[in-house]
Amino acid sequence: MAIKLHGQPWSNNTVRAMAVLNEKGLDHFAPGLDYELCPVDLRSGGHKRPEFLDLNPFGQIPVFQDGDGSVFESRAITRYVATRYKETGTDLLSASSAALETWLQVEGSQFNPPMFRIIFELGIKPLIGMSTNMSVVENESDKIGTVLDVYEAHLAKNKYLAGDEFTLADLNHMPEIYILSKSAKFDLIDSRPHLKAWWEDISARPAWEKTAVSLPF
Amino acid sequence: MAKGQHKSPDFLKLQPFGQVPAFQDELTTVFESRAICKYICNKFPEKGNQTLMGGGDGGLLSRTSVDQWLEAEGQSFIPPSSALVFQLAFVPMFGFKQDPAAIEQNEAKLANVLDVYDCRLGESKFLAGDDFTLADMAHLPNGHILVSKNEDLFMSRKNVGRWWEEISARPAWKKVVEMQNAPQG
Repeated sequence: MAIKLHGQPWSNNTVRAMAVLNEKGLDHFAPGLDYELCPVDLRSGGHKRPEFLDLNPFGQIPVFQDGDGSVFESRAITRYVATRYKETGTDLLSASSAALETWLQVEGSQFNPPMFRIIFELGIKPLIGMSTNMSVVENESDKIGTVLDVYEAHLAKNKYLAGDEFTLADLNHMPEIYILSKSAKFDLIDSRPHLKAWWEDISARPAWEKTAVSLPF
Repeated sequence: MAKGQHKSPDFLKLQPFGQVPAFQDELTTVFESRAICKYICNKFPEKGNQTLMGGGDGGLLSRTSVDQWLEAEGQSFIPPSSALVFQLAFVPMFGFKQDPAAIEQNEAKLANVLDVYDCRLGESKFLAGDDFTLADMAHLPNGHILVSKNEDLFMSRKNVGRWWEEISARPAWKKVVEMQNAPQG
């Protein structure tokens, strides 16, 4: 069975899964189609239909399917692909367990909640016909400052989040920072020299450029 | 923490976000509670419960199921349950006024999540599969407080109730509760 990724290219969580597939050289756009992006029409309630709820009982995108099984939750998907295809493309798990597990969790619990609220308002809502709430943007931009200061200090001493190599911990941050980079709030990253340098490095990766080119932002 | 020790320079060296917990062993420091759990499981693969991260016969898919339900816990269960724990347990403890709107909103959000759990636990003994794993375990801290304040949330759902009774009866968890109840000092 071919690889299927159910989601939408405007969804940061779907993009996280696309990013890892591209890092593994599994190409959506090359002849031979290594994976299929299956759009889920949220507007017509596609994510609440029984056949979709069978794949993800929370009724959320993305869902990943390959010959062996199906996975929901974007970070479980990226972990699965990074592990299953460890020998293909870049090894995204080449860091100490302590550093890798820590920064994977930091992304999910410290970085993402405020960052998602900012980029949802500025980047995603305009694409899906909803209006931006600027007071949410300002509120969350204030809150995220202290988190980003911790990242800035960490990246002053570490080339990548989990050490000397690019890993899944860095990759999991990319969709949200990319969407932010298209908005008026990119100074959150741009004004912090080490965060800025790290972002410039990781977003120049050929696999990421392949992902970015297919996105609507 | 009442004296701000979590913001002291020494503590910030261990945990730069100034939060608890932080874990130290002879090799390294780890922070973020789920990272600490995974680190300990990886460090002691032969000790005690060996299926906490899946693996075994199920291999990668079984580990992925644990990751998946641990993510669901972090992304879907924690936001409303933590807001409720804050309102129902901590706000009264500090002598502040509860926010009824926040309680109602978060109970409704949590109810939706628990409905999904109830369905899942009707088909599967534990969240990730047949074995108790980190995915179930991660629910114990907030679950424990929520059930003590409003047991209906969990116990009115047949499968969630069955699951809660089973996981909260585990000896390792009972030891944690004892430690919480023991006099500090």
